Amino acid sequence: MKPAPFVHHAPRTVGEAAAVLGQVGHDGKVLAGGQSLVPILNMRLAAPAHLVDINGVEGLDGIVVGDEAVRVGALVRHAALARSEEAYAALPLLRQATLNVAHPAIRNRGTTVGSIAHADPAGEMPAVLALCDGVVEAVSTRGTREIGWQDFFAGPLETTLSIDELAVAVRFGRFPAGTHTAFRESARRHGDYALAGVGVRVTVADGVVTEARASFVSVTDVPSVLDLGPVLAGTEPGSTAWGVAVDAAAQAVRDHVQPESDIHATSDYRRMLVGELTRRVLDESALAAEGDR
Amino acid sequence: MTDVETLHDVTVTVNGVRRTAAVPARRLLSDFLRHDLRLTGTHVGCEHGVCGACTVLVDGAPMRSCLMFAVSAQQHEITTVEGLGSSTDARVAPTGESLSPVQQAFAECHGLQCGFCTPGFLTTVTAYLEENPTPTNEEAREAISGNLCRCTGYQNIVKSVLRAAEITAERRGEAAASGGGEPA
Amino acid sequence: MTTQMFGAPIRRKEDPRLVSGGGRYLDDLGHDALAAAFVRSPHAHARIVEIDAADAVDVEGVVGIYVHEDLPGRVGEPLPLLIPHPTLTHGRTGHALARDEVNHVGEAVVMVVATDRYVAEDACQRIRVTYEQLPPVVGIEAARDGVRLVHDDVPGNVAAHMLQEVGDVDAALAASPHTLTLELDIERSACTPMEGRGVYARWDDERGELRLWSSTQTSTGVRAAVAAKLDLPLAKVECIAPDVGGGFGVKIVHPWPEEVLVPWAARLLGQPVKFTEDRREHFVSAAHERGQLQTVTIGFDDDGRLLALDVKLWHDNGAYTPYGIIVPIITSTQLLGPYKPGAYRCEFWSLYTNTVLVTPYRGAGRPQGCFAMERAMDAIADELALDRTEVRSRNFILPSEMPYDHGLLFQDGRPLKYDSGDFPASLAKIKALVGWDDFAAYRATAEAEGRRVGLGIGCYVEGTGVGPYEGGHIQIETSGRVNVSTGLTSQGQGHETVFAQIVADELGVRLEDVHVTTGDSRKMAYAVGTFASRAAVMSGSAIALAARKVRTKALRIAADALEVSPQDLEIVEGTVRVKGAPATSMSLGTVSVLSNPLRYAFDEAAQAATQFAGTFDPDKPPVADDDEPGLEGRDFYSPTQATFANGMHAAIVETDPVTAEIRILRYCVVHDCGTMINPMIVEGQVHGGVAQGVGGALYERMAYDESGQLLNASFMDFLVPYASEVPTIETDHLETPSPLNPLGIKGAGEAGCIPVSAVIASAIEDAEGFPITRMPISPNDLWELRRRHAAGEIPSLHRATRTAPKETTA
Repeated sequence: MKPAPFVHHAPRTVGEAAAVLGQVGHDGKVLAGGQSLVPILNMRLAAPAHLVDINGVEGLDGIVVGDEAVRVGALVRHAALARSEEAYAALPLLRQATLNVAHPAIRNRGTTVGSIAHADPAGEMPAVLALCDGVVEAVSTRGTREIGWQDFFAGPLETTLSIDELAVAVRFGRFPAGTHTAFRESARRHGDYALAGVGVRVTVADGVVTEARASFVSVTDVPSVLDLGPVLAGTEPGSTAWGVAVDAAAQAVRDHVQPESDIHATSDYRRMLVGELTRRVLDESALAAEGDR
Repeated sequence: MTDVETLHDVTVTVNGVRRTAAVPARRLLSDFLRHDLRLTGTHVGCEHGVCGACTVLVDGAPMRSCLMFAVSAQQHEITTVEGLGSSTDARVAPTGESLSPVQQAFAECHGLQCGFCTPGFLTTVTAYLEENPTPTNEEAREAISGNLCRCTGYQNIVKSVLRAAEITAERRGEAAASGGGEPA
Repeated sequence: MTTQMFGAPIRRKEDPRLVSGGGRYLDDLGHDALAAAFVRSPHAHARIVEIDAADAVDVEGVVGIYVHEDLPGRVGEPLPLLIPHPTLTHGRTGHALARDEVNHVGEAVVMVVATDRYVAEDACQRIRVTYEQLPPVVGIEAARDGVRLVHDDVPGNVAAHMLQEVGDVDAALAASPHTLTLELDIERSACTPMEGRGVYARWDDERGELRLWSSTQTSTGVRAAVAAKLDLPLAKVECIAPDVGGGFGVKIVHPWPEEVLVPWAARLLGQPVKFTEDRREHFVSAAHERGQLQTVTIGFDDDGRLLALDVKLWHDNGAYTPYGIIVPIITSTQLLGPYKPGAYRCEFWSLYTNTVLVTPYRGAGRPQGCFAMERAMDAIADELALDRTEVRSRNFILPSEMPYDHGLLFQDGRPLKYDSGDFPASLAKIKALVGWDDFAAYRATAEAEGRRVGLGIGCYVEGTGVGPYEGGHIQIETSGRVNVSTGLTSQGQGHETVFAQIVADELGVRLEDVHVTTGDSRKMAYAVGTFASRAAVMSGSAIALAARKVRTKALRIAADALEVSPQDLEIVEGTVRVKGAPATSMSLGTVSVLSNPLRYAFDEAAQAATQFAGTFDPDKPPVADDDEPGLEGRDFYSPTQATFANGMHAAIVETDPVTAEIRILRYCVVHDCGTMINPMIVEGQVHGGVAQGVGGALYERMAYDESGQLLNASFMDFLVPYASEVPTIETDHLETPSPLNPLGIKGAGEAGCIPVSAVIASAIEDAEGFPITRMPISPNDLWELRRRHAAGEIPSLHRATRTAPKETTA
């Protein structure tokens, strides 16, 4: 299991990186953390002629917490994002989700932006980007553009990034005050790709839910946000009505997802599982909401 | 004839020593360490990042050397199992405090059997204890849950993590008592 | 007195080296060697039509490309059938490189040798093999129905059909007040040692000698097989097992194709060649185990005593049978566990499939057998509303009945005769350890909290230390250094330590002066290998016997020199001294000097042994007619039969009422492997075995699709447990010494994994209230079972529908 030969490019700036990507076109692949890419290369399931290694590019390793969003650069490792107290304070979901990404050694190398650009339906961070109504910033020699998450994911392992574009950062949108989040997944082994996962954001004002949304891991082929407002809005977290609404939310989720079967679980099982995980994350967020009072 | 691959001069600091070798771009860091630098203590168990046997410290953080190219490690600091203790030659069995606390703990607690996965555990645990010097039993178990071992059933590896924390504290205590710094 | 080493939890001598990067595993050797890589079949069953390597020969760095036609003489003939058996009427083995036909995905078709593995893989990618696909046989049912054949000349895919019967089973069944039939299913798993297979060979052209290193469990076996294949005198072949990164059975098979091809290429090319198996290759080109279908019919009386046991097994042996039918033979004999079965009949069919071959994996057929027997015991208890431990207890062979002869032939061709064991005592210990009698109360509390828990148990007996023999050689240098060698190999069992403990005690020397070498045919050419939990029993005993010889010789020489009687001497910390007068003494190093009459003194100590030193009787020859120079001794241990270890495990599991996720809350082990040389190492062996058992029960299965593709040939999808999946293991020991060997020891290597699937099935069944008949079991599987149970397709256990009393109060 050794990779096929490739030409290694080590640009030092975003401009250089974009220029190289423009030159190598379809034969090129961006290497950031490589935690998804290198196994594929080692197994020779892919053999790009050029690897554009952006690990030496200046200015891509920043986490910037703004009023509207948390901006994460293309060289920010999962571990750095999970560790960032500032990011956690602004958007606890980032840490909640990132700690579910594989194992620490993988998180030390793998990048959050890379994971999003990889667009694996089993990836956590694409689901988080969706739940946060996030944006991908892409640079090419043609300029910079911003791609909303809905327009970014084209299919399993497929995005709308052009072959000459480099995703330099993503922005995770912050939530309104009173929003509580929770994230859970279930895997065969700790740290494996999840059989199913779910993240929720529940906004509570004056003791009742005003907004609620969920997004999913491993049960939709592209990230997908389900608005749970219609079933949860107006209920008081922890109340009897809330309990009824949570059941309805779990049902809505089961109806919404389209899981596939594989050797680890059937689609029916995953559907049941994501429904149950939804109940649990909603109750977690309810506890957090009750804690606020 | 196919093209001869371009060689890249890769310079890294391994266990405190600057090392350079000319290798193709596709040389995995694990192979670079093992075959180009002949530091065979880092083992290769799966080459797809799951088993953790190849884990080394890159600038102090555990990473899978099978999922990195040597060219990407250019100018970084690498610590392998050979660099954890203070013995100069790994082939001569070290004794006493030439073993690091983690190495000593694994030996004391029977934290290894065939020893193949062990270097990956040792590097992982070394970095972990820097972050969390006093783990609980559960935390110790969690800390090693990204590395596969097929021999030990992990029971004694968990013990080793806890014991390593103790040894570290003991050595610090002794060093402080004798007025010296930390043991080498 | 010297501190007793035998029986003490001595820290391992191996570890300072292994924790410092000082281990030397196969791929750590031969940095100058060429690398071999293989084009392997992508099809489960196909004819090779054409191999086109034109695009590969020009790859820079390629040294050689070989197909079957290139293999001369015996190199190209089928690989040996290692363990023939009269019932193995249709044994088949593959070739080092496939000839005409491939029979499983992963079978080697072309070998490429190149400057490094990267380049060798480049060349492999450019080789085009044209296949004509044949219908594959995948799964035991497909093999059993025999519509499609793996080998054209093997009717019904039956490699072997074997029947053993003791008593009249049909009559006993007919006379039984109760009968039950269980249909059981165990899926494939595999050893997956962290280090894959590997072989490295150097050919010395001037001497015409081959030296090879293999990551093997039998260096003497590999040596003999390679010498035969390459038509070399045995004296011209050496084989060394370096540090080996785990074996668990897969590395006892030999010669692997690569073990033949790599030395052959090294000789052909006149350059060292190395093959290091990668993880994907290990999944599809090494070996698996466990897959069996079982039909178990039992007859029993109102007290739950077995009157008849009728077992039919269909064993999946994969594409070839190089290791014979050892696995199903072990299943069919060791299935009996600690019980008296009444009349017993076991019939098995060993079947070919177009999948990776099946050879022993730790436990070697026992986990499947234990599963069958223990499921039967639970079924009897459920049928009769008896406590599950009570049923077991009533069927136990009692200590007073030892030795107990089952009247069957075991895997070594010798009687299945238990030498010792105290099963009631083991049961009492496991019940106490897990709190068997308190479980009903625990369950009531858990249920009140909405939790679902279950308690399971499993018992086994393991025949360990099978023959034919092992040897030990001990030599004491003039420095006092004690060199010990034995031919079997080590894969992490701590042989350097435990054998040193034995020698330290037998000889009276310090542990640090003892240096053990294993698996090196240069040091000990007569050996069998490390498998079947035999190393401690076999080599341990042989080394003890050799040490006793050396001790006798040392005392004789010292007695002569000190002019006392040997009976008056003792050896303490490497010094021979007069009992009660320790000042009259000499070191073993000095005894070694005296043992070897010299002409030339190489140092000061050696002067005492030279011919003018005046220490010898001029009327006698320097070396007596019945003596040999040197303070050394060699002996062999060859027992008449295996020695039988046993154990009992119990577990408490919790199953999630909604998601069917399964958590092991407690896992308890009582283990009896006779006298323990090093309890720390025994405990470690048990831990490792249990973890592999947990893998086999809850996580690991080989997922073949209908076309014979292995869908999970990676550690990403074949789920070897991490620490997060293995519960805390609580252990207790019983030491019932074996009367069969000089040390009273029994093997411990495989024990831990044997009953785990049975125990977990027992516990899940107890939690769920319906029978568990297939293992491994995933949350998804359990969830499906619940749906089928709810739909009335699966009956409830009787105890789930009975009202009080709960079984644990029975």
